[in-house]
Amino acid sequence: MFDNLDFDVIRRSLPYLFLDGMSFTLMLTGLSALGGLVFGTLIALMRLSGYKLLGSIAGLYVDFMRSLPLVLVIFWFYFLVPYIGQWLTGASRPIRVGAFTSSLVTFIMFEAAYFSEIMRAGIQSISKGQPAAASALGLTYSQSMRYIVLPQAFRNMLPVLLTQTIVLFQDTSLVYVLSIPDFLGAASKVAQRDGRLVEMYLFAAAVYFVISCVASYGVRRLQARIAIVR
Amino acid sequence: MNYNWNWHIFFEPNPTGAGTYLDMLMSGLLLTIQTALLAWVIALFFGTIVGILRSLPSRTASWIGFGYVEFFRNMPLLVQLFLWFFVLPELLPRGAGLWLKQIPNAPFWTAAIGVGLFMSARVAVQLAAGIASLPRGQKNAATALGLTTAQGYRYVLLPIAFRIILPPLTSEFLNTIKNTSVAITIGLIELTGQARAMQEFSFQVFEAFTAATVMYLAINIVVVTGMRFLERSLAIPGYITGK
Amino acid sequence: MIEISHVNKWYGPSFQVLKDCTTRVAKGEVVVVCGPSGSGKSTLIKCVNALEPFQEGQIILDGIKVNDPKTDLPKLRARVGMVFQHFELFPHLRIIENLCLAQEKVLGRSHDEAMAKGQKLLERVGLTVHANKYPAELSGGQQQRVAIARALAMDPIAMLFDEPTSALDPEMISEVLDVMVDLAHEGMTMMVVTHEMGFASKVAHRVIFMDKGEIVEDALKTDFFGSPRSERAQKFLSKILSH
Repeated sequence: MFDNLDFDVIRRSLPYLFLDGMSFTLMLTGLSALGGLVFGTLIALMRLSGYKLLGSIAGLYVDFMRSLPLVLVIFWFYFLVPYIGQWLTGASRPIRVGAFTSSLVTFIMFEAAYFSEIMRAGIQSISKGQPAAASALGLTYSQSMRYIVLPQAFRNMLPVLLTQTIVLFQDTSLVYVLSIPDFLGAASKVAQRDGRLVEMYLFAAAVYFVISCVASYGVRRLQARIAIVR
Repeated sequence: MNYNWNWHIFFEPNPTGAGTYLDMLMSGLLLTIQTALLAWVIALFFGTIVGILRSLPSRTASWIGFGYVEFFRNMPLLVQLFLWFFVLPELLPRGAGLWLKQIPNAPFWTAAIGVGLFMSARVAVQLAAGIASLPRGQKNAATALGLTTAQGYRYVLLPIAFRIILPPLTSEFLNTIKNTSVAITIGLIELTGQARAMQEFSFQVFEAFTAATVMYLAINIVVVTGMRFLERSLAIPGYITGK
Repeated sequence: MIEISHVNKWYGPSFQVLKDCTTRVAKGEVVVVCGPSGSGKSTLIKCVNALEPFQEGQIILDGIKVNDPKTDLPKLRARVGMVFQHFELFPHLRIIENLCLAQEKVLGRSHDEAMAKGQKLLERVGLTVHANKYPAELSGGQQQRVAIARALAMDPIAMLFDEPTSALDPEMISEVLDVMVDLAHEGMTMMVVTHEMGFASKVAHRVIFMDKGEIVEDALKTDFFGSPRSERAQKFLSKILSH
């Protein structure tokens, strides 16, 4: 069954797979998680601000993003980002945007919807007494958010945020639809060039599997530790 | 924004010669729904079995359940579809592999099974959590009445657990629908695929994606409304789920 | 009827919950088991119908060895009724369905037969009008009466009560105790874990006092209340009877 397989193709393409592919994937994952968290926290704050208009705009954004398949959103932004760039810079034509920037914008905007729901739950899980105590000490609303509520919400939600980041790590593989050489894209490129689909896809699957397993094991350990501290 | 909008494009004939661009999108919508429904049946079937395994006291059973869930949860869906579509036929004995490659509508079946198994792991997790959230006494009461383990699950634990997890199951069903779009990579021309095709043929990018977006939103509204109705009709008078 | 001999049970490698427990309940006898919380009394009663496994000793129920791997446990359990502290009615089933489920699924009675039996027992506990309600629509006292009826529907040869009134509001305790007193007067074999000393003095034949997993005192009712031999039982009694 395995006689006509050539696993040496993996060894030969390792530098390309990891130095180019995996570093793209990890960079995209890391920056998207960071951007999604910042943007998502802002959305969560909008929803909980008590201003009806702000709250419903934020709510609509979240519901809208969560109704759409990521693949469609990737296509949307791929074509939209050049126009947004033109509008922002005042250029006369849609500007050219690189694959990385385009995907980064996509994932930040998309993940923000998911991260905002996590942060909202986190903020709501903080007892009402905490902000009350903060304002009793004379802290303003934004100070109490900044120093009291958000740090606790973030800490309580850290395992969930990290789990979502593992999902994000796997989801970045979907940039494949734009023929961008992330890890899977790189593997696929080699696979098609050398006609080694079986070897390359099995290898890619194994790599994603090991990384995700190790990461989620880490999250479980973290969760257990947080549970003890509380 | 210097983009030439043309909303009439939907009513112009599409290049396949069969109907308008709108027809093209509608056939994509239909395929999305068909794929998602079949995938959901598969997800519920395997998810229920694995969810039960995870909740059993037997250590072997819960390890099998754990392994199953980890296997399907720790690989991107796209990679899983590639494994089923490109890799599996090559690893099978020659005859079986050949047969698999020649199945008509292979992308459809691969997508339904691939997405179904991927989602089954999540259904299993939800169900196991639902069963775990039931008071221990419920199982004891069923046992004390002489019900076997299977009867206890069939008549007592599962009916309550499924009611409790109905809201998360709704989101998982929506995820199933959305996830079928990943099958665009193995050549399934569902809704997103048709929108992409329309964009390539007509160059009306934003009209095509807007239409697909509206259709996905419509599916969401229909599903959410339907599930609310189901939740209401299955609600137990006086019983607050989640307590 | 129930013979418990030298039962030892551990949780984990070192924590012993039952220490060499030996006692017996004769046919038609009512035995009350009391003792401070954590004394193992609930665990002991759950060993009788094998809801809890134990490592050493043996329990014989109507001539059948409970801890024999060859024993058909569901069949055995169906012959002993059990009433739980938190009622454990099945929330998704109507009251009458709660009474019918095990009759049909375990005893194989026809639906009509089960319904007739269920109605008769509901009448007996005074809840006929609630037959088509769901458990959560009833008060705690009513739910516990339903739970007793559910157990009686199986025509048990003995009844086990695990703190049947301790989750109830004070004003509902007597309605449940009344049903239990009636049962005792009819000659039902009963093993009752409870702190209701009024009930014990009214209908119990014997009282067992447990502490730290041991049966400290096992005496006729009059002896137990008149002159408990052990200091621990004296202390317990003075505490529980002081208000």
